Amino acid sequence: MKQVEVKYFAWVRERIGLSGELVSTDADTVRELVVELRAREQRYELAFSDLASLRVAVNHTLRDLDTAIEDGAEVAFFPPMTGG
Amino acid sequence: MRVEVQAEPFVPGEQLSKFHADRIDAGALVSFSGIVRSDKLDPVNMLEIEHYPGMTERAIRAIVDEAVERWQLIDCLVIHRHGQLFPGDHIMMVATLARHRGAAFAAAEFLMDFLKSRAPFWKKEFTAQGQRWVDSRQEDEAAIDRWSG
Repeated sequence: MKQVEVKYFAWVRERIGLSGELVSTDADTVRELVVELRAREQRYELAFSDLASLRVAVNHTLRDLDTAIEDGAEVAFFPPMTGG
Repeated sequence: MRVEVQAEPFVPGEQLSKFHADRIDAGALVSFSGIVRSDKLDPVNMLEIEHYPGMTERAIRAIVDEAVERWQLIDCLVIHRHGQLFPGDHIMMVATLARHRGAAFAAAEFLMDFLKSRAPFWKKEFTAQGQRWVDSRQEDEAAIDRWSG
């Protein structure tokens, strides 16, 4: 099993009720990790219900859902960014 | 190249004077500052900006590096605030220093387009009706596309 540090920002954080957590997972990709998280509880299902409106960063770099995740990775989920 | 991600307020004019002091090789300085906006009919009392501390500076530096290389900038400055801001406050600023104005203008626009939707900041507005996350706009993605190719 891998240990992955998962972070949530903005409304993803609010829906799940956590800013981050350590997750033990067998997922090989971000997409597989999302499937595992969604199956957990209603609040996760709600946060991940519209994948098109989610953005992903792996180890602090923007990536897509098919990005591979390795042991010790930091995976962040958040809505489209609104800087500037 | 200076990148600052900070909770503290800043004064754009002061930053600008410091930024181009002693740079006699530059012929053009362009700057932009974003300000917290309110609306008379739908007033915003406060804007809260969340960011991703481990990623924000790295993401901004990548955008800055690309602008510097693409337009051969002499120098570049980005300051972006997070935390609680109020109408009229300066949210962020960019400044570009180049030999000629074409490069300085284009690089400043490029920086703004990418900071808007590629730097991990999220804005939440607090109004009399409650709180709401600011949605990203379709035009912001389109603005990114125009720089490719």
